[in-house]
Amino acid sequence: MAERAMTLDTTDTDSEQLYVGARLVLKALEEQGVEVVFGYPGGAVLPIYDELFKQNKIRHVLVRHEQGAVHAAEGYARSTGKVGCVLVTSGPGATNAVTGLTDALMDSIPIVCLTGQVPTHLIGNDAFQEADTVGITRPCTKHNYLVKDVNQLAQVVHEAFYVARSGRPGPVVVDLPKDVAMAMGRYVTAPRRAQHKTYNPRTKPDPQAVAAAVKLMASAKRPVFYTGGGIINSGPRASALLRELVNVTGFPITSTLMGLGAFPAADEKWLGMLGMHGTYEANLAMHGCDVMINIGARFDDRITGNLKFFAPESKKIHVDIDASSINKNVIVDIPVIGDCALVLEEMIAVWKKQRYQADQKALKTWWRQIEEWRGRDCLHYEQQGKIIKPQYAIQRLYELTKKRETYITTEVGQHQMWAAQFYRFEQPNHWLTSGGLGTMGYGLPAAVGVQMAYPDALVVDIAGEASIMMNIQELSTAVQYRLPVKVFIINNKYMGMVRQWQELLHGGRYSESYSETLPDFVKLAEAFGCVGMRCDDAAKMDDTIKEMISIKRPVIVDVVVDQKENCFPMIPSGKAHNEMILGAQEKAEKAITGEGLALV
Amino acid sequence: MAKKKPAKTAKTAPVQKSAPKASVKTAPRVMKEEQSSNLYEGMIPLARLKDKDTYRHVVSLLVDNEAGVLARVIGMIAGRGYNIESLTVAEVDRERQLSRINIATSGTHQTIEQVKAQLGRLVPVHVVRDLTDDGPSVARELALVKVAGVGDKRVEALRIGDIFRANVVDSSTQSFVFEVVGNTDKVDAFIELMKPLGLVEVSRTGVAAIARGAAGIEKK
Repeated sequence: MAERAMTLDTTDTDSEQLYVGARLVLKALEEQGVEVVFGYPGGAVLPIYDELFKQNKIRHVLVRHEQGAVHAAEGYARSTGKVGCVLVTSGPGATNAVTGLTDALMDSIPIVCLTGQVPTHLIGNDAFQEADTVGITRPCTKHNYLVKDVNQLAQVVHEAFYVARSGRPGPVVVDLPKDVAMAMGRYVTAPRRAQHKTYNPRTKPDPQAVAAAVKLMASAKRPVFYTGGGIINSGPRASALLRELVNVTGFPITSTLMGLGAFPAADEKWLGMLGMHGTYEANLAMHGCDVMINIGARFDDRITGNLKFFAPESKKIHVDIDASSINKNVIVDIPVIGDCALVLEEMIAVWKKQRYQADQKALKTWWRQIEEWRGRDCLHYEQQGKIIKPQYAIQRLYELTKKRETYITTEVGQHQMWAAQFYRFEQPNHWLTSGGLGTMGYGLPAAVGVQMAYPDALVVDIAGEASIMMNIQELSTAVQYRLPVKVFIINNKYMGMVRQWQELLHGGRYSESYSETLPDFVKLAEAFGCVGMRCDDAAKMDDTIKEMISIKRPVIVDVVVDQKENCFPMIPSGKAHNEMILGAQEKAEKAITGEGLALV
Repeated sequence: MAKKKPAKTAKTAPVQKSAPKASVKTAPRVMKEEQSSNLYEGMIPLARLKDKDTYRHVVSLLVDNEAGVLARVIGMIAGRGYNIESLTVAEVDRERQLSRINIATSGTHQTIEQVKAQLGRLVPVHVVRDLTDDGPSVARELALVKVAGVGDKRVEALRIGDIFRANVVDSSTQSFVFEVVGNTDKVDAFIELMKPLGLVEVSRTGVAAIARGAAGIEKK
């Protein structure tokens, strides 16, 4: 690493005082405002763990697997808006973190992950627990560093935090050889002014772009806001401004999975989530709109369905902080590069200044159409008898927790989609899920991270019985730190989404998607020192949930649900928004065929 | 971005006098009327984005000369499935530790815009310039071409070498190594002519390119 010291506009050095490298790392973390580090020790990071032992400003949470450390840091970051911090050892420590890092990259979560490395003189020699960490993590991080000089250590850590949180956030790895952590070097304070010599992403939009966008909005007859995780990443102010913009325009709004909570679900302009398992009204509004205003979303394939038929009559505005998201999947008419909050602020200002008025007559017709679609009640399900419908379980969970400060995390699969459909979010940062990468095993460690940040809040991981097994070991972490996370398992004994696709696409050949030998989750909970509960009767659902909430310890609730339930509505892969399957009776008519079969 | 007028003194290498002028299959430049709608950053005319033809572009980057920077650039391009025809890299400013990378790539306008945007967000990248779109530029590569043969073929190879202003940098009684400099088309043409004359092997540098006119890559 050559002459990195000049990279940031550093102000002053901390006199001539020399510190050991490990201490420099902790000093830099402290200065960056790190309160919690999620990690797992090992040979190459022992010097840093030794320094951790000698201080009490930074708390360390010992996870049980490095993947869990990164997900926990993601949970912490996404619920607080701060940068999550991870500390793992070399070799397997770093490779185990890779899934978490990729997850954070896909969902734009700011993470700084410190990885130990073998001493510099052993790098490249296939030393014990050596891995080419910067090589392995290059494609799954926003940026990474290998620190070879102790005098650049503090500087690099500061820069890592800057890169992680600036522009489109993402994970950054700092690889620290053991000898560097043990050498003596000078501390450099963080720059007062965040100015990087190369990386200075644009946050303030071009006023002309905003003016063009707002003008187009004002001319719309069938407009729709399509918002995403960028609003959440931009901070609570962006959510507040979004609410204001929706109010002044009167336009309907839908959101991606990652953007839930940015706009209150209780508002009448809210159409629900869009995309593969989005609502009928949201997807048809997208399909039929004439002006689409994408704010902080990226035209993901789960959202667009078949690109050829995506919103065919629309003009599109795309607001994104990352220029590379623009025109990537969908060609747009008006790109606006900038931070969501600053763009929204400018949009509102222009709308008001120009005294723009939405075309009320057209808007009224549009809303009438939307109400008609809403009338289909696409999320309808029948809860009859004793067998619990998964939707019912989640809906009851929502009703019984909505008045509390509740954070919901999920794993990945059917339960995740039902959670997105049936849990209604009013505020940003309360919904944590693995959207881009779709990482089973995300929810429990993420819940640990959230609960560390908000010890008194109710944190529920809505899980599937298959997903939860992927990072079940983190229950031990929750117990150790007295984190009263609740694991709400929607147990249908199948990898439900796999089973659903096998039913719809592969002739009902349920290849390897049935869980033959599940553990007894109640006993499992007890073995870990948690409380285990089981519910297999719809009549007892409410009592079970209430009891779960009342227990101030980690709880697993095993909700035994209808095994055959599928997640609808669904846009089959390769189909357009207006070809969605609303329910079981429709699935036969709209079988997935041809090229759709090859899509994921 | 203002178009730069070709400088009068742009004929750098004398070998170019007889060489074909256009260095790459140049994409049609942004037309005047298109430019008028090119109001703000990131705005690309729809007609360009919807054009499904592929074009060859030369994109130049100024990057921090640090460990792994080339891997970062190549990895991003390979990982996202873009096409690289040639890539050259060398340090160009020792004091500031800057390297210049020239990438010859081809794709639709939409793809090329993606490549540039993806390169632009890599942390050690200072500048990304599309030398094909952003005004006139010159591009050269150097090739060492080994030709073996005797008699008429040997004489013919030497004659063609002369026509292309190639230098002979190694000779034995059975062979020549020619050093030929020019744009990609010229080098291709030379190699093609050498094939029936005993072409043994070729070593090429890939494209180095620079904009015409007074402005440097860092000045917009």
